[in-house]
Amino acid sequence: MRRGARFWLQLGFTVFVCLFLVVPVVMSVLAGVTENFFIGAKSGLTLRWIGEVWSLYANTVYLSIGIAVACLAVTLLLGVPAAYALARTQNRWARAFEELLVLPVAVPGLATALALILMYGQLRGFRASWTFILVGHVLFTLPFMVRSVLAVIDLQTLEDAAASLGASFRQRFFQVILPNAKPGILAGSLMVVTLSMGEFNITWMLHTPLTQTLPVGLADSYASMRLEIGSAYTIVFFFMIVPLLVALQFISDRVGQNK
Amino acid sequence: MAPAWLLAPAAAVFTAFWLLPIARLTTVGAGGPDGIAAYAAVVTNPAYFGSLVSTVLLSAGVTVATLVISGVAGMFLSRNKFPGRGLLTAMLTFPLAFPGVVVGFMVILLAGRQGLIGDITQWVFDERLVFAYSMAGLFVGYLYFSIPRVILTIMAAAEKLDPKLEEAARSLGASPWRVIVDVLVPGLKPALISAGAICFATSMGAFGTAFTLATRINVLPITIYTEFTNYANFATAASLSIVLGVLTWLVLNLARTFAGSTVAAAA
Repeated sequence: MRRGARFWLQLGFTVFVCLFLVVPVVMSVLAGVTENFFIGAKSGLTLRWIGEVWSLYANTVYLSIGIAVACLAVTLLLGVPAAYALARTQNRWARAFEELLVLPVAVPGLATALALILMYGQLRGFRASWTFILVGHVLFTLPFMVRSVLAVIDLQTLEDAAASLGASFRQRFFQVILPNAKPGILAGSLMVVTLSMGEFNITWMLHTPLTQTLPVGLADSYASMRLEIGSAYTIVFFFMIVPLLVALQFISDRVGQNK
Repeated sequence: MAPAWLLAPAAAVFTAFWLLPIARLTTVGAGGPDGIAAYAAVVTNPAYFGSLVSTVLLSAGVTVATLVISGVAGMFLSRNKFPGRGLLTAMLTFPLAFPGVVVGFMVILLAGRQGLIGDITQWVFDERLVFAYSMAGLFVGYLYFSIPRVILTIMAAAEKLDPKLEEAARSLGASPWRVIVDVLVPGLKPALISAGAICFATSMGAFGTAFTLATRINVLPITIYTEFTNYANFATAASLSIVLGVLTWLVLNLARTFAGSTVAAAA
């Protein structure tokens, strides 16, 4: 097939945009395993920086995983029933509630964080614990869970059939609704975990020196450590986020094909 | 009819941890020495107004640039099949999950003191070009942040746009420019509006990238942060963040009204 000049021009442009996005990622991976980034690769490759990151920041990795898992549990418990109720209720109040839920995403995280601090900052125990950050993450991720479950949970016919056969509400919810809403719940879960792992805007205001999450630690290392350590730390972050992204892509492809 | 109590846990948590705190934030904003006038400070105080204007200009610039760049690349990827297309798409959407801080670091690697652009300009012009720690760096950072998101939206919308319309226009003698203006832009309008609004709102409220690049860049989120942490000026921080929140919410809502009505008109 013959391609015109326009094709090559557009391809060139697209490749350039691609390079803009990918080159810094490659640079940070290289910098994180290079003895001295200023001298370059000839100074030798090393895992020393990764080791150093681990000794300095391992607790931020654990805390981020812990918060992400807790956040997932809470958004599942709050979000799945809420999505079901919202799908079934066709009135003004339900729509208004749906709109309200999205506000913590639409409004800058800074506002949410300031509001939480002004309201609950005096409760020392709560303020100093990781659950304070968890609250911020739940507010930020809940709409994503509700939306992805809402997208698949329209199962009125199926549920009516089950009801007409005498299934109780509990039976219908656990044996009809949940299994059929699984792709949406799965996609929502991956989304929640990915967002929670990367959340910074709210977390930066809510964290304390003892409750540093991965992105908070990243900001700290960018500001105060040498470039190689910041880069090595970024590699650790990529390492955690990429599998989540791949899984998310895989799920959304599958959900898309089923439609 | 679904039992309403299923909604209760989510509603309770949302009320306790968002609605009430935000209501409190609103009253704190009016509780400073200036009272309710604090809400006008974003316009009346030259420093805050300057930071609002630069934030809006920056966000608008980022939005326009992102829409153009992602529009060209996204349309190209969805209208052409060639080996390596999947790889290009994957690479373009890979940074989707990067938080603002990481994006800031990417800009430092590109345009910072030890950055790639510095190396290249040093080599070619014998002078290092370093712009990461300024408004220009922030602009590049927000582009980096927004392009993946907007490309995805545009590609999804382009899939639904019938290529026959473009062919028909071309066979009737329309120039490539006229095809873009008369067929593609109107066809993609809802996607462009909603993606643009999200891009604008995110740039208005983003904090991580600016924080990584330099805490002295004069944008509203950084101003709010400084007022709160450095000066303990809670009333100002509260009123400014409420104004910022209302502003981004308005932009998103306006866009939805527009994009929604065009969708309805097209259907």
